[in-house]
Amino acid sequence: MHVIEFVRNVRLWFAPQQIRQEGGTPDYRFSLANERTFLAWLRTALALIGGGFAVDQFLPDLRWGWRVGLALALLAAGVLCSLRAVNHWVRCERAMRRGEDLPVSRFPAVLSLVVAVVAVAMVVVVLVGWEG
Amino acid sequence: MSGGTVAEPVRDPGLQPERTRLAWRRTTLSGAAAAVLGMKTALHGGVSVAGTVACALCFALWLAFLLLAHRRIRALASTAEPAALTPRHATATALLTVALAVCAAALVF
Repeated sequence: MHVIEFVRNVRLWFAPQQIRQEGGTPDYRFSLANERTFLAWLRTALALIGGGFAVDQFLPDLRWGWRVGLALALLAAGVLCSLRAVNHWVRCERAMRRGEDLPVSRFPAVLSLVVAVVAVAMVVVVLVGWEG
Repeated sequence: MSGGTVAEPVRDPGLQPERTRLAWRRTTLSGAAAAVLGMKTALHGGVSVAGTVACALCFALWLAFLLLAHRRIRALASTAEPAALTPRHATATALLTVALAVCAAALVF
């Protein structure tokens, strides 16, 4: 379900005129607020990517598997976060044009859990894995 | 909505365009931090051809991001009620972020 919806939205990413045909233009302030939310998610994604680099660079004593695993987990989270950012922005923009309720999302909860798990893993790895 | 004359455009009391402009600046800054970390990783442990290429790629991605941000900031400043961000512009910025992550994954391995 979600995947089909996502693929349908991907076409909208590249087709501005398709969005513009639907409904009415919302107040420009709402669009700008949506844009800032999108940028905030993009910053979150960039922070996750930076975290991936940092794990690789600043934990050199870790075993290779743990280091690369943690770094790749953070990088993958960054990729997901930025793709989700565009998708959510498109969905919000469309909902505003149609006058519908804004879409709800489980993504913030999922991302928080992933970040929490990665943080716990890093604590464990740093405490246990130094001599690795 | 009767304001917006040519001489003195009505200023949004919520300063929405300014806040959006600063959001673009912050995001560019975050991108710079991530790109610098990437360049540090690329040049870690001596200069090699692959490392230099990866470093240049990180820098180029950040430059492209800066260009997109600059264009959007110019568009925001040009009118009192700026048009919404286009999906293509948003997708391009997100894809640049993804490209940086892919570059990072290649470097980490």
